[in-house]
Amino acid sequence: MLETHLADLLDGAPPAIGDALDLVNGFDDVLVHGFARLTEEHAGALAALADGMAGTPLGERVAEAVGKVAAGSIGDEHLAVLAGARTALMGALHDALLAGFDTALGRTRQSWGFDRPGSARLVPRNDPDQSPAPAGTGVEVGVGAAGPGVANLLAGCRSWLHELAIAGWRGVDHDIIAASSQLVEAMLAEPGLRRLAVLLDGLVAELRASSPIATMEHLPVRRWADLWTRALLLSQPGGLPVSTPVPVPKSTVDVRGAETLSGRLLILGVDVHEHGTAVQAQVHGILEPSGDQAPRLVRTSVGAAKVDTIVGPSVWRLLRGCPVLLGALAEHRALDLTDMPLLSSGDLVWRDDRASVGEPSDPFATARVLLAAALAPPVPPLDRHPVRIAEPVLLEGYAVTVHDGGSLTLGLGGHTVSVAVDRMPDCGPLTQELVAASSACLGLMRWDGGGWALSPLAVRATVKRKTVDTHSGDWALGPTDTKVVKAGAKHGDAVAVLRERAGRLLRR
Amino acid sequence: MDGTTGRADRAAWQQRSALRVVPAIQPRKLAKVPFVELADGRLQGVVSSGSDIERVYVSSISAGEHAYHCSTNNNRPCGGLRGSPCNHLHALADEAVLQYGADRVARYLRVDADGVTTGADLIGRLHGRHEATPAAVVFSRFLRHLAYLELPETTEPIPELHWFPATGAFR
Ligand SMILES: [Zn+2]
Repeated sequence: MLETHLADLLDGAPPAIGDALDLVNGFDDVLVHGFARLTEEHAGALAALADGMAGTPLGERVAEAVGKVAAGSIGDEHLAVLAGARTALMGALHDALLAGFDTALGRTRQSWGFDRPGSARLVPRNDPDQSPAPAGTGVEVGVGAAGPGVANLLAGCRSWLHELAIAGWRGVDHDIIAASSQLVEAMLAEPGLRRLAVLLDGLVAELRASSPIATMEHLPVRRWADLWTRALLLSQPGGLPVSTPVPVPKSTVDVRGAETLSGRLLILGVDVHEHGTAVQAQVHGILEPSGDQAPRLVRTSVGAAKVDTIVGPSVWRLLRGCPVLLGALAEHRALDLTDMPLLSSGDLVWRDDRASVGEPSDPFATARVLLAAALAPPVPPLDRHPVRIAEPVLLEGYAVTVHDGGSLTLGLGGHTVSVAVDRMPDCGPLTQELVAASSACLGLMRWDGGGWALSPLAVRATVKRKTVDTHSGDWALGPTDTKVVKAGAKHGDAVAVLRERAGRLLRR
Repeated sequence: MDGTTGRADRAAWQQRSALRVVPAIQPRKLAKVPFVELADGRLQGVVSSGSDIERVYVSSISAGEHAYHCSTNNNRPCGGLRGSPCNHLHALADEAVLQYGADRVARYLRVDADGVTTGADLIGRLHGRHEATPAAVVFSRFLRHLAYLELPETTEPIPELHWFPATGAFR
């Protein structure tokens, strides 16, 4: 990422962002106070949302839903339409931001082909008669195939979200929180609902930790509205692609309709996502397909359920089903892939048995040589939200400024970009000191809270007059820093202790 | 903050999608007290028996009232409760302080947090009595907690986790 790229990115903010966000904020305030207690001002905010959507395919339905809700009739279908409107606004914002990014950097992105064969979905392999996905959607819709149990769970989820909307965040009490418990537990047991279950579990933990919310000073207003909206959409019939998580290492599902690719995967770095009961390591890399195809930017994810007491480098212990991938991360090696499924979103659905560890590979070199020309994947329609933007970039030759409180900015020419130091994970060796001492940073550009920030994946820093490269995935096979190893030894092996307890107590 | 705020005076924090809301918890040794939580108006948890590997104790202290109890998961009363909190309750308080920090536990239990740094400090400030409560609820929450570790790994991307960045290296 050159000086001119950064300048174009920061100067080129789409002008309509503020207006779209005003509409979103208006809606989010209604969720704070609850749909049961609409003030005139809230009704006005909803009317503004309806105006904003006028002329779009959702326009009429939003106007109708706003009318009904303002009159005190709050049906599931009305809330779903309002959630759809908010999603459309965030989607438009996402598209504008990503287009701005692509333009500034000259990144070429594939467009979302709605009827491409690569618009894959996951289907159980043990169901050979599964009909093909309806053309034009890219995902298989309808929960019928997944059975009535799933439909009931989705209905339960919608009704819980309805209750939340009626009460508003300020009105969320112990009973509402407790009511989610069984629902989440049942959804977690249903592989096709894992995404929704992980989302709800994360939200519920926040509501519980924030109780009593009625007296909480500041609410994470945007965030909770995002999570509520997302959950409501995913819990609509057909909102989730019919899919089954791919158990590791033995896969029982086939990724039908996905293209499979062979070639060499060069890792750029790993981004880690985590809440109390879930962890996901998302690897960003550049795939050099066999043959003459252009290199492509891809992601691949490995996730596991966890508990809150498994923290820091221990989380890698939960991802042991993919030793080849984790080994390549820890040892900075390329991966040779054979027939690896690739979703049209640019996500490789990792199968460790279709990969082998290859030659040593330096992510900084990969970024320098291949990043500018790599073809970026399109974003699936439902995933279009600014939070998903995570674009790999390499920054060099910047000046670091350390601000009070430890926050960092990188200056390049006349422009500065913030470093998202607060999202550096404690399962890896990156620290703000290393970033502060760095001369090159490989990271993900993200947009949140009104601006762009760089989330580091790796830094090249001078430590005691030596140049040292540090990558977020360096501890994927276990920490390599003796201090961290010692601290871990002091606390013992949390995963082993809990697995022993589970073995003894769960199966009695 | 209420709905009257405009674009300018809305705290940047409130306009963020990805942030950590649940305070970080500290790693601790889980062997003795595998499960501690601040939930349902109680500090509650599960303490492994020192003598019998098959047995666990369910211990709890209620917020505000400070009613405390300890029993086996089969509701057999703990022999260590003789008019004062048993060793299991002491262990629970110690580990809760390690996991959440003394301040957060004290605030949750509504104990004067001033000067509380250890589990013993916390126990010393309780003013409640022993009151039997069923172990089943806490024990089943513990089993549910353990069940997370039985769920299979997945390589299907979970886009929703973009809202939950891993944090913690910056303190
Ligand atoms: Zn006891």
